[in-house]
Amino acid sequence: MTTASNYADRNLIAVIGDEDSITGLLLAGIGHINSHQKKNFLVVDSKTQTSTIEAAFNEYTERKDIAILLINQHIAERIRPTVEKYQNAFPTVLEIPSKDHPYDPAKDSILKRVQKMYGD
Amino acid sequence: MSGAGAREAVFPTRMNLNIMQGRLKGAQTGHSLLSRKRDALTTRFRGILRKVDEAKRKMGRVMQLASFSLAEVTYAAGGDIAYLVQEQAKTATFKVKAKQENVSGVMLPAFDAVREGSTDFNLTGLGRGGQQIQKAREVYAKALETLVELASLQARMHSPTAFTILDEVIRTTNRRVNAIEHVIIPKLENTIKYVVSELDEMDREEFFRLKKVQGKKKRDAEAAELVKQQLAAEGINVDNEEDAETEEEHALDLLAEKDADVMF
Repeated sequence: MTTASNYADRNLIAVIGDEDSITGLLLAGIGHINSHQKKNFLVVDSKTQTSTIEAAFNEYTERKDIAILLINQHIAERIRPTVEKYQNAFPTVLEIPSKDHPYDPAKDSILKRVQKMYGD
Repeated sequence: MSGAGAREAVFPTRMNLNIMQGRLKGAQTGHSLLSRKRDALTTRFRGILRKVDEAKRKMGRVMQLASFSLAEVTYAAGGDIAYLVQEQAKTATFKVKAKQENVSGVMLPAFDAVREGSTDFNLTGLGRGGQQIQKAREVYAKALETLVELASLQARMHSPTAFTILDEVIRTTNRRVNAIEHVIIPKLENTIKYVVSELDEMDREEFFRLKKVQGKKKRDAEAAELVKQQLAAEGINVDNEEDAETEEEHALDLLAEKDADVMF
């Protein structure tokens, strides 16, 4: 599953988030547009369709050059079943807080899974 | 009694008793070792969980700080720079490098943050708020480093080679501990009880048999004595009887010897 060739050339960080999160992270320099004019970030606002988010999530998790996928927690909440279904180690999906939505550990898919695994 | 629980199929001999006692001792030692191993693994497991939990909390704080600095930028630049920034992003300068770490024979994935010098945003905020933008960039880069670290931890938890294995090992150890505690030790104890009770029973039988034999000898001797006395009273020579008596004493000696043997 996690062979060397699988993740050696993964070096990008992708983001699905609200405008502020994206702006900040882009300022830090994670923005990348590849030769197919594909961005590695998706700005989500209240008007964005859930299907669009899901499509972006699937695209980013399937791309071979992305190591980490950051997603705002309140957006992950909208596509929760898809996030829960995602099991792979690479790219690693990381739920991050946004300006308007403080981080809630209880909602995190990973922590939930860990709790389940540990719930003896 | 000894027939109540399951026991090993052994003959009730002293040698087997010794063997069983040795095995019981071994099982108890193994039990204590395994339960200690289980405790250690569980502690480690909890340690990883705590680390992840802490990292997640730290991430909350760091991201909040970053949001503040971005708000400062918006204020200083006197308007939204989001569009500008999105349009100017072309090539990533903040990248990660995936690598493998060998931790006690288990390959764990890890990420390293890599920053390249130049940026797409040299001209952003040229008019106003350039300093704030630079500051926000730094803050966000710091925040990203925290995120990368967290992703590393998380990838470890995800990777089938680390977390799940730990979980599996804990389960196996648990099973073994329980098996020793509830199956093996009671079985051995039962066997020991059985062997001891059988040995006691044999001892009692032997003792009783000896008593019987001795009683019979005594009765025979008394009868012989009586006959001898009667004959003596009748005035008959008892030379012939002397022989018989010595023979009987010899038999008693043999008996005594055998007795000492049986009783160890």
